[in-house]
Amino acid sequence: MKEISFAEIVHQVEFMCQKANFDLGEDVYSAFKKALQTEKSDTGKEILSQLVENADIAKRDQVPMCQDTGTAVFIVELGQDCRITGGSLIDAINEGVAKGYSAGYLRSSMIYDPLNRKNTGNNTPAVIHIELVEGSQLTLHMTAKGGGAENMSSLKMLKPSDGVQGIKDYVLDVVKVAGPNACPPLVVGVGIGGNFERCAYLAKKSLFRPIGVRHSSKEIADLEEELIQQINRLGIGPQGMGGSTTALDVKIESEACHIAALPVAVNLNCHASRHQTVQMG
Amino acid sequence: MPINIQLPLTEEHVRTLRAGDRVLLSGTVYTARDAAHKRMAESIREGKPLPVELTGQVIYYVGPTPARPGEVIGSAGPTTSERMDLYTPALLEKGLKGMIGKGHRSEVVKQSMIDNEAVYFGAVGGAAALISRSIKASRVIAYEDLGTEAIRKLEIENFPVVVINDIYGGDVYIDSVAKFRQDK
Ligand code: SF4
Repeated sequence: MKEISFAEIVHQVEFMCQKANFDLGEDVYSAFKKALQTEKSDTGKEILSQLVENADIAKRDQVPMCQDTGTAVFIVELGQDCRITGGSLIDAINEGVAKGYSAGYLRSSMIYDPLNRKNTGNNTPAVIHIELVEGSQLTLHMTAKGGGAENMSSLKMLKPSDGVQGIKDYVLDVVKVAGPNACPPLVVGVGIGGNFERCAYLAKKSLFRPIGVRHSSKEIADLEEELIQQINRLGIGPQGMGGSTTALDVKIESEACHIAALPVAVNLNCHASRHQTVQMG
Repeated sequence: MPINIQLPLTEEHVRTLRAGDRVLLSGTVYTARDAAHKRMAESIREGKPLPVELTGQVIYYVGPTPARPGEVIGSAGPTTSERMDLYTPALLEKGLKGMIGKGHRSEVVKQSMIDNEAVYFGAVGGAAALISRSIKASRVIAYEDLGTEAIRKLEIENFPVVVINDIYGGDVYIDSVAKFRQDK
């Protein structure tokens, strides 16, 4: 049985929250550079070069790349032979978020209650998903998920007869409706299968896979490629101001589902695709 | 080449700007987002004075990150404008000439911009660290209790925007997108 202390988790989470907001991942950064070569619109090119410059400033000065420093979302892989000492895992993550957001001068965007809408002041609570896995390690995957793109996300219970074409049409529809609001260029996360709530989770989880890395199944990987092509033909472009770079990538995760069901969820991520992973134990 | 504009916006500025123009704004703008808009709309409804005289002014939809000691402002990129749509026509009727944000506006707002001769500018969502470099001064002037949502007076210099909606019905999100569309 491996032991990991509350304090160590707090410390790691604090670090992840800041790093996610200051240092844009290399995958996203090189996707910007690549898009600069292919973008057809002059305004689109100008926007992409502003995004490169923005990422450079954020990293150099250690300031948030976007003012919406997001909801802190965690996918935790907890080894079943790993024990947390000195307090609960959930409390440790939340304490780390509170510390990281306050010390990093990151914006608190969380409210206690969707109806009274009072800000909690330290960006807690985090959204935490825990998956129990084999082994004794604790792996924390974190994303700072912006509100603009999250607000344009969508889920639909398709009919099995809608098939792959139905899935493609729906994904394209969601991207079209989002237009400029989700801050394209986007990373489009798609969940297929599971049930109502699993499907949304799959879509979110897919966004944790780095840009450019295809799904291990050939069938899904081909669908990802096809959707990238189709989305980039929509003309939406950087910031929705027209152009050929609408999606930097499309990610799909799928799972077993009921004979009567074909749930599809589309979780949009903006270009501020901020992910961090830390492994402990 | 971008067009340089010294604020406040004049009628002439507004009449010459066309959807798609790249513009560098300099001068004073006021920040306001959801909560501040709600309060201003309430004041207008109750016949109370607004904290800012809006004639010729530009409102920037932003909720910045906290400034570090010694910094003018934290990261300060645009937020999604459509959340302000419900309150916007009343402000345009009070003389507001420009808005900076990101994303679609409602048909009602677009019509009100045409009727009141006002323009909507798009800033690059997510380019918040870069945008902050063109903000030279920031002071909270109203609704301080709203925190990041308080009304700030900003002095900006060469703040990069694109005209999204002009007073002639032009709309970049429709017109430019149609130009680059290849699926039909
Ligand atoms: S959608 Fe993303 S890039 Fe746009 S404002 Fe929100 S967090 Fe920033």
